[in-house]
Amino acid sequence: MTAEVAAPRGWHAWLTAEAPSSRLHARLVRLYGTAGVFARNPLALLGLGIVVLLVVMALVAPLLAHGDPSAQDLSRRLRPPSAVYWFGTDELGRDIYTRILYGARITLGIVALVVIIVAPIGLLVGCLAGYLGGFVDTVLMRVTDIFLAFPRLILALAFVAALGPGIENAIIAISLTAWPPYARIARAETLLLRESDFINAARLLGAGPWRIVFLHVMPLCLSSMIVRVTLDMAGIILTAAGLGFLGLGAQPPSPEWGAMISAGRKFVLDQWWVAAFPGLAICIVSLGFNLLGDGLRDVLDPKQR
Amino acid sequence: MIEVGDLVVDFGETRAVDRVSFKVAAGEAFGIVGESGSGKSTVLRALCGLNRHWSGRMIIEGAQQGPVRSRAFHRRLQMVFQDPYASLHPRQTVDRALAEPLRIHGLDDHERRISRALREVGLGPEHRFRYPHQLSGGQRQRVAIARVLILEPTILLLDEPTSALDVSVQAEILNLLQRIRRERKLTYILVSHNLAVVAHLCARVAVMNRGRFIEALDVAALRAHRTQQPYTAQLLRASEGYDRQAAEALVTYD
Amino acid sequence: MTAPLLDIADLHVSFRTPRGVLEAVRGVSFAMGREKLGIVGESGSGKTLTGRSILRLLPGAAELHAKRLTFDGIDLLRATSAELRDLRGRRLAMVMQDPKFSLNPVMTVGDQIAEAYLAHSRVSRAEAREKALHMLEAVRIRDPGRVYALYPYEVSGGMGQRIMIAMMLAPDPDLLVADEPTSALDVTVQMQVLAILDDLVSERGMGLVFISHDLTLVASFCDRVLVMYGGRLVETLDARELGRAQHPYTRGLLACLPQLSGTEGDLPVLSRDPAWLEAP
Repeated sequence: MTAEVAAPRGWHAWLTAEAPSSRLHARLVRLYGTAGVFARNPLALLGLGIVVLLVVMALVAPLLAHGDPSAQDLSRRLRPPSAVYWFGTDELGRDIYTRILYGARITLGIVALVVIIVAPIGLLVGCLAGYLGGFVDTVLMRVTDIFLAFPRLILALAFVAALGPGIENAIIAISLTAWPPYARIARAETLLLRESDFINAARLLGAGPWRIVFLHVMPLCLSSMIVRVTLDMAGIILTAAGLGFLGLGAQPPSPEWGAMISAGRKFVLDQWWVAAFPGLAICIVSLGFNLLGDGLRDVLDPKQR
Repeated sequence: MIEVGDLVVDFGETRAVDRVSFKVAAGEAFGIVGESGSGKSTVLRALCGLNRHWSGRMIIEGAQQGPVRSRAFHRRLQMVFQDPYASLHPRQTVDRALAEPLRIHGLDDHERRISRALREVGLGPEHRFRYPHQLSGGQRQRVAIARVLILEPTILLLDEPTSALDVSVQAEILNLLQRIRRERKLTYILVSHNLAVVAHLCARVAVMNRGRFIEALDVAALRAHRTQQPYTAQLLRASEGYDRQAAEALVTYD
Repeated sequence: MTAPLLDIADLHVSFRTPRGVLEAVRGVSFAMGREKLGIVGESGSGKTLTGRSILRLLPGAAELHAKRLTFDGIDLLRATSAELRDLRGRRLAMVMQDPKFSLNPVMTVGDQIAEAYLAHSRVSRAEAREKALHMLEAVRIRDPGRVYALYPYEVSGGMGQRIMIAMMLAPDPDLLVADEPTSALDVTVQMQVLAILDDLVSERGMGLVFISHDLTLVASFCDRVLVMYGGRLVETLDARELGRAQHPYTRGLLACLPQLSGTEGDLPVLSRDPAWLEAP
C-alpha cells in the first residue's frame, strides 16, 4: 500500500473534527466552518477589511495622526492635499487627514453605542411579543408601531430642541427610532419558531416560557439580528452624519465626519477636499458595512439551519 | 393507568376530536391508527398538555388532569415527535439537548445520566457533541428518544415516530422502542397511519376517522382480518399493497 | 424486437462540493418499453436523480454523463435546449410528490391544465378549456366544471395529485416519470390515485417510471422493479418475482419491513455491506 498522506496540521484537524470532544470544541468547529464559508466570498472579505480598518484607525488614531486634530494654523488654511497635508487643510488650517482619523473614533463610538442599546431591546421586545402572544403581543407591537412612526431626523430635531445639541442626545435620538425594526424581525422569527417541534419538546420537558424565550428562541433570532444590525450600520452612520451636518450632533471642534462636510459646504467648488474626504470616508465605511452584512447574511442563511 | 372519557377538541368551528374514550392499562402498548386529519395526533397533544383547549375526562395515573400540567407530570409522561429533523434544537449539541431536561428538573449527575442515556439508545461518545445537522435521521430520532428517557418517565406517547425514516432505519428504531418498553416496563400510546407498524408494537389498536374512534380491537384480531367496521376492513385492504379490484371498491367514509 | 422506449446506459450524475466530487448516480443502465417500471430505493440511493435525468431536469450544479440516453430513438444527450423543451410535456412528463409545491398557487387548477395543453398544441383557448375539463373527468373528478375554478389551496392532497396527473397527461405524452406520486397521500387515497394512473397508462399505451421508497407498493403496482442503493442499480426483477430476490440488500429490505401478517419479535435489521457500493 502507498504511504498515507501526512495528517493535516494539528490546528486544522482539531477544528474540523467529526466528533468533537466537548461543547466548546463543538462550537469552535462550527465557527471555523462558518468562517471558512465566509472567507470564500471576496466582497464580504472586502467589507470585513474595511470595517477592521475603521476599528484600527479608531484605536490607534494618535499613532497614525500628524498631530492634534484641533490644532489650528490660520496661515495654512484651505491648503490642497500635499506631501505634508495628505488630505489638505480646512478653513481653520487643521489637518484633514488627522481629523478624519480621530473622526473614526466618533463614528465607531456612535455606531457601537446605538447597536448596544437597540439590538437587545428590539430582540427582547420582539421575542416576548411573538412567543407570549395575545395581550402582551398587542401592547408591545402598538408601542413598536408608535416609535416606528417617527421619522428619525425629525425626532432628533425635537430632541435637540428639547435637550440641546450634542452627541449623546444624537445617539439617544437615533436609538429611539432604530429599535422597532429589530423588534419586528425578532417577532416574525419567533412566530415561525413557536410551533416547531423542538419548542414543543422543550415545553413538554417542563420548561417555562421565560426559559424557552431566552434559551431556545432568542439564540435562533440572533442570525437575522446580526445581519440586520450590520446592514443598518450604514444607515446609522449616515443619520449621525446628517445630524452632524445640521449641527445637531457632534459640536465643534469635534472632528465628526458629518460636521466636517457641513463646514466644507461653503468651499465645495474651489476647495473641494474639505468636504470630499470626509464624504468619501463615510461612503467607504457605509459600503464596508453593507458588504459585510451581505456576506454575513449569505453565511448565516436560515437554509443552513 | 390512563383513562380518557368523551374527549372533545375543537379548532374554532372544526371538531378535530369527537367524544373519544379509551383506557390503557399499565405496561400496555395501545395504538391509534388513522389517516391524516383523523385527529389522532390531536388526541396525543391533548393528553400531554400541549393542547389546552379540550373538554372531557382525563385521568392519568389516578389523577384527574386539567388543561395545565405540572412539572412533576412531565417527569411521568413524555412524547416522541414525528419529524426527527424538527424535534431537535438546531443550535444545540446532543449533549446540551440531553442536559436540558436535567437542568429543568434540577437533577444532578449530568455526566453519568447523559452517557447512560446515549448508550441505551445505541449512540456513542462520538455523537455526544455533534449538532443535529451532523446526524442522520435515525440518529436524531435516537437522540429524541434519549431525551425523553433521561427523565425516566412511565408513559411514552409516540407520534408517528418512524414515518419520516427510511425503511431500514425504521426497523432499528422499532426494535429499540420494543426493547425499551420491555426493559423499563413503560406504557405506550403509539399513533401512526401505518397499520403494520402499529400492529408490530401494540397489543390493542383503535381505528380513528374524522375525529371518532370507529373501532377498537386486539391486534391479533386485526391480523386475522376479524374486523367489524367496513372502514377498518378497507384500511386493512389498502395497507396490503396495490390491488386494482380493491381500489375500485374503496369508498370515502365521512 | 421493437426498439425500447427509453434506453439508458452507464448513467453518472455527480456534484462538485467543497469536500470533493459527490457521485450520486453511478453507472445505472436499463431499458424500458411501454410498461410500468418501478425504481425503488431509500434516501440517497439516487433514484430521484435518475428519474430527473430522463427529462434532463437536473439541478444546475449537477453533471450528467452517460454512454447512452435515448428516448424513442432521440438522443437526449445531444439534444439542444429547444428540442428538450419541446419534448418535455409533449412526450415526456413528470409528476412529483407534493401537489402543494408543484401547482401554481395563484392560478386556478383548470387554467393550469389548459396552459399545459396550450404549450404544446395550437388550439384556441376554448378548446384548451374543453380538453382540461375532459382531463378532469378522466381522473375521476366529479363535477369538473366546479373544480376547474378552484385554486390549489382549496383542493385536498389526493385531488391535487389527480389534477397534476391530468395536467401532465393532457398533451398525451409517451413516457411519464412519477417521483413518489402517492407518498404524501393517505393509504386509501393512494390506492385510488394509483388505480387512475394504472388505467390511464394502459389506455394510452404509455410507459411509466414509478419512483418510490415503498418496495411492496411498487412490486404490487409495477411490471418490473429496479432496486437502487448508493447510486447503483443492485437488482432488476419482475414484480412477481420479488420473493425470489437475489441481492442481499433487496432481501434485507424486504425482511426488515413490519408485516401485518408477521409476528411480534424483533425485526431483522439490515446490515449494510460496504461491498454493495462497489461496482458488480
